[in-house]
Amino acid sequence: MREITYTEAAREALAEQMAIDPSIFVVGEGIGERGGNFNTTLGLYEKYGPMRLRDTPIVERGFVGMCTGAAMTGTRPVVDFMIVDFILDSIGELFNQISKIQYMSSGRIKMPLILRGCFGIGGAAATHHSGSYYPLFVHIPGFRVALPSTPYDAKGLMRTALTGDDPVLFLEHKLLLNKRGHVPEEAYSIPFGQAAVVRSGGDATVVALTVMLQKVLAISEELAREGAEIEVIDPRTVAPLDIDTILESVHKTGRLLIVDETFGPCGIGAEISALVMENGFDDLDAPIARLNGMHTPTPYSPTLEGVITPDHAAIAGAIRNLLAE
Amino acid sequence: MDSHELALSSEQLLALYRTMVLIRRTEEQLARAHQMGLVPGPCHTYVGEEAIAAGVCANLRQDDVVFSTHRGHGHALAKGVSAREVAAELLGKATGCSQGRGGSMHLFAPEVGLMGTSGIVGPSILQGAGAGYSFKLLGSDRVSVAFFGDGAVSNGAFHEGINLAAIWDLPVVFVCEDNMYATEVPFREATRNQNVAERVRVSYGMNAVCVDGNDVLAVHEAAKVAVTQARAGNGPSLIECKTYRLRPHAEGMRDGGYRTVDEVESWRKRDPIATFRSELLVNKQADEAAIDAVEEEVTIIVADAMDFGRSSPFPDPATAADFIFSAQD
Ligand SMILES: Cc1ncc(C[n+]2csc(CCOP(=O)(O)OP(=O)(O)O)c2C)c(N)n1
Ligand SMILES: [Mg+2]
Repeated sequence: MREITYTEAAREALAEQMAIDPSIFVVGEGIGERGGNFNTTLGLYEKYGPMRLRDTPIVERGFVGMCTGAAMTGTRPVVDFMIVDFILDSIGELFNQISKIQYMSSGRIKMPLILRGCFGIGGAAATHHSGSYYPLFVHIPGFRVALPSTPYDAKGLMRTALTGDDPVLFLEHKLLLNKRGHVPEEAYSIPFGQAAVVRSGGDATVVALTVMLQKVLAISEELAREGAEIEVIDPRTVAPLDIDTILESVHKTGRLLIVDETFGPCGIGAEISALVMENGFDDLDAPIARLNGMHTPTPYSPTLEGVITPDHAAIAGAIRNLLAE
Repeated sequence: MDSHELALSSEQLLALYRTMVLIRRTEEQLARAHQMGLVPGPCHTYVGEEAIAAGVCANLRQDDVVFSTHRGHGHALAKGVSAREVAAELLGKATGCSQGRGGSMHLFAPEVGLMGTSGIVGPSILQGAGAGYSFKLLGSDRVSVAFFGDGAVSNGAFHEGINLAAIWDLPVVFVCEDNMYATEVPFREATRNQNVAERVRVSYGMNAVCVDGNDVLAVHEAAKVAVTQARAGNGPSLIECKTYRLRPHAEGMRDGGYRTVDEVESWRKRDPIATFRSELLVNKQADEAAIDAVEEEVTIIVADAMDFGRSSPFPDPATAADFIFSAQD
């Protein structure tokens, strides 16, 4: 099968759906003729023109609010916000409007709106360009939150986002954009709420997303040479969260570690941990462990940025501790 | 020549020149360092726009405050942050003005009134208004300055901040640096009316003027009026500075496709530093020797700053989460 990048894969899903569904339009800074700061819309402007690839001024609250109204009235906006920190300016539109419109209208109005862009720590981007924030969107009822780890998932999850009727936060880790992987040429969907068991093993379960998942997989291969078989689970979407796949795995392994680049308090790890405690307590042979990014704004200097996310040694150590419990 | 220029002594004129050259030389070195991989993060230069920071900040006291943007090296240097601290910060060193925590878009030096450059477009306008509120409440005659680009003018922060400063008569000077583009988006595509000063006068009832942002004396004169007005308790004003950035939006980015070589070249001929230099000479306000002396002095300062930055230590990893709260937990 051919290999393409993560960005190309997500763009392919967008292009395929735009060709089928004339109600899809994209808004954002630089996503028109320029093809997006991160090449998210490269080549689409030439095909679909400015009404469907709408370059905007720097008006995050403006275009998120406007797209809310558009989604309520028969179109399917894709907000390409470049870097997730930027849409914090529209938090009222997101949490007070977009997430509540279907509910307030008793289901008579749909909210097929996609918010997509980069997140994550890396490249000394410093604190205004390194945020994650997805646990906030999990906390609020009304959002689907997708975090693809591979080009394959990026394409399939994007198609699901573009064909569903709910608001979707689609987050792309900035360190994965150029990662290559096998992607089928034909269109396909990956349902939300379906985790991937990326590696199977019987000794411990590790749940991880995006960049952390890549690290966990590499470490699991090392541990395999030492005789420990780690089961690695990628939730792929954190809202909805496929807790059943995690519970099944813990039933088998009895041990669970959640590795997440972003903050621990009220985070994904806390949620998974509580759910496993509530639904799979008897399966546990050891306390559930979490590994998170440091609870701090993101510093700039490489010597600081380098220590605030779980690194190879920290993850390997945490897995070894878990196995030894 | 205009009468206002007579008001400035040769010393003051050379000081303006010196500030502009300091910004230019520092950023030339930073751009080079970025190319060499020594600046680990983003770097937006102010090359071509130096007259604005120099002209505005020459009217400020050290206890006045400046709120800046992602393109803030010039504001920092003009407000009095040392070239050493700016260079060290961009190189990610513990001796930088943000102790390596911030980089280019998070320069902080409240000791000299630099209240932050910013990775987010817009907040400088609101925070600038807020500082004005503080000063008014405290009965102080300090003045707040908010710098921002044409890109921020379409943002809600602009309209909300300007309106609040106007209705509450806050001691704020808003400085719009219209360099014709927000990243690669022409200002004319972001708004139907690019006359920011006119809009602010008509829509918000605030004093506002439009000046040639590449003419340091024009900027200086407008800022003097605005700062004096604010300091005297007579409310806010806006200065719209028409200017142009001579380098790409950020170092390492392409610079083609959205503007023509001819356009860039036409603005290069209006380089604020070269223009001012020849004015000083033609008007006999400074001689070659005096100007050369300034340039030599700045060259030494900048070389020292880069050496300082390069030889400084990286921050101790144990400090990564320092200062989140007023007292360490
Ligand atoms: C809220 C927000 N949205 C988007 C960005 C990305 N961004 C950084 S600089 C920039 C353009 C700013 O243009 P302008 O205000 O004219 O300043 P200039 O770069 O021209 O000096 C954009 C869109 C951002 N930093 N913050
Ligand atoms: Mg601009």
